[in-house]
Amino acid sequence: MIEILQSIIPTALFYSAPLIFTALGGVFSERSGVVNIGLEGLMVMGAFVGIVFNLAFADVLGAWTPWISIIIAIIIGALFSIIHAVASVSFRANQVVSGVAINFLALGIGVFLTKQWYGKGQTDMVSEPFYTTNIPLLSDIPIIGPMFFKSMYLTSYLAIILAFIAWYILYKTPFGLRLRAVGEHPMAADTNGISVYKMRYIAVIISGGLGGLGGSVFALTIASNFSQSTIVGQGFMALAAVIFGKWHPLGAMGAALFFGFAQSLSVVSASIPFLADVPQVFLLIAPYVLTILALAGFIGRADAPRANGEPYIKGTR
Amino acid sequence: MKNRKFITMFVLILSLGTLLAACGSDDKGSDSDNKDGDTEDFTAAMVTDIGGVDDKSFNQSSWEGLQEWGKEHGYSKGEGIDYAQSNDKADYMPNLNRLIREDYNLIFGIGFELKEDLEKVAGQYDDKHFAIVDDEIDAPNVASIMFKEHEGSFLVGVAAAMKTETNKVGFVGGIDSPLINKFESGFIAGVKSVNPDIEVEVEYAESFGAPDKGKIIASNMYSNGADVIYHSSGGTGNGVFNQAKDLKQNDPDRDIWVIGVDRDQYDEGQIGDDNVTLTSMIKRVDVAVEDVSNQAMDGDFPGGELLEFGLKDDAIGFATTNEEAITEEIIDTVNEWEEKILDGDIDVPQTRDETKEFVDSL
Repeated sequence: MIEILQSIIPTALFYSAPLIFTALGGVFSERSGVVNIGLEGLMVMGAFVGIVFNLAFADVLGAWTPWISIIIAIIIGALFSIIHAVASVSFRANQVVSGVAINFLALGIGVFLTKQWYGKGQTDMVSEPFYTTNIPLLSDIPIIGPMFFKSMYLTSYLAIILAFIAWYILYKTPFGLRLRAVGEHPMAADTNGISVYKMRYIAVIISGGLGGLGGSVFALTIASNFSQSTIVGQGFMALAAVIFGKWHPLGAMGAALFFGFAQSLSVVSASIPFLADVPQVFLLIAPYVLTILALAGFIGRADAPRANGEPYIKGTR
Repeated sequence: MKNRKFITMFVLILSLGTLLAACGSDDKGSDSDNKDGDTEDFTAAMVTDIGGVDDKSFNQSSWEGLQEWGKEHGYSKGEGIDYAQSNDKADYMPNLNRLIREDYNLIFGIGFELKEDLEKVAGQYDDKHFAIVDDEIDAPNVASIMFKEHEGSFLVGVAAAMKTETNKVGFVGGIDSPLINKFESGFIAGVKSVNPDIEVEVEYAESFGAPDKGKIIASNMYSNGADVIYHSSGGTGNGVFNQAKDLKQNDPDRDIWVIGVDRDQYDEGQIGDDNVTLTSMIKRVDVAVEDVSNQAMDGDFPGGELLEFGLKDDAIGFATTNEEAITEEIIDTVNEWEEKILDGDIDVPQTRDETKEFVDSL
């Protein structure tokens, strides 16, 4: 059993990391009242930028390349999400339509530029991706060491730490309170002197940065190159994690970890006695079924922020 | 009311996005009037599947074959040969129809995804020649091009068996289907022929585009003691390479190998000064495309036939680029087995049942 956990947990963690980042982005955006279907597109953008930057600067930056690549991906992701913010906050466009547009646009730009710059449908493999490391000292602890600290991507830890930071910001700081207020009852927030537009802009831009981070981490830890099929559905998985996690940063993290766990379990299950007889497909669909159940209210109540998806028009009631 | 304007705007952005995606490869099309049927020459064209003509895989290979054929007969792109890029499944039909309108004599559909559409079109235009790669269509004007992937997989299986030190190897498949089962069967047969005691772990990702799944599977196989993994899973295989390279990076002395598929995947395996690509099972779609085009041009188009290209047509092979990994000894042994297949001494299995029989008879 311990051996099985030792092989499941590390894989579940690296699988989940990009989902956690992106889902946190989704939490920020949706908590402020802006539905963000565009997470997928933001991940595509992040993956594209991360890979292109890595390919271009690997010779100059050496071992630091992947870290700087993800920072650049965060910046570009944040900038890219401004389109969504302008459309859905300032222009009060339908947020779902705008999000879908982001998805199309990101994939279009990514594939188009890849063909322009590299003359083919996919980039080369990057030479400086993230590599797993053993954490000194901690990895020597028996049982727990190999589970949590051996051959791990540092980005997995970063994802978990960031989830706690996000929770602290959203629930323990005045900024977080304002952000949530704007998503629950924008008019009340407005009368209290909070700029609804400003808060929503900030939230969407944060979600863009985190989406870009998620995409670049996926690309640099798992795919190693960029093509039209690098990001297929991970953004929507992250969105499902947001909902399954009840719009809470730690919940979203838990959901993403659970998705990773289920995915990893479906591969390892053949060697686990009591799971060997369960058809793989059931483990594979488990995350989605649970998300639907969560939405349908079977697993506690999953209430969206009250003003989620509604553009705020100053002065209306 | 104001809302509507912006929705319109977004529809515009949306279509712009799609357009950008579409025109990445688009420098064809418009000049279709350069062949108004004034030539009696035999011309050929192809429709790619969604991988695109530069997929570094079978679409690209097919186009190279067509170009090679064109060169022989003094054609160039748009003049006697052409391709139509499909970016989406919905593009197959319009692309086929466009090439028919442009009066190409022979039209290839690359990949089994085009089967349905090609079947329909072939029924409507029975004066045209068609060919489908990787699938079978039963119509008098369609030639079906298949490959004996099991033969190539057998050879890389032999190489894997020679290379493994742990006596355990892995196979990662894309989607569990008759086509990929051929790879699996050939591989297992090859491994077991060298040493029946070697264990082969088989796992399917159920997707050709899930590197994350590929990585999880590879990670699991390598930690279970496998040291050579043969992947036949398209983009999913990227995850296999990624995992192998990660292990190599952390422990350069560890011997860990990946076997590529369809084309030489040497570049994918490069990490620093090392390379984890042992060899690749190479499928020469270009050879097949060229061959069928020539046959059709000479007037004996193999319509209604199922053509199987294999080792003897030089359409299947294995890569020897990584000289440090695939030693002379391995190459010699693989060549010996290749001879046996060519001489008909071995009938390489294509399905799981046949594999079982084959292995039992060893």
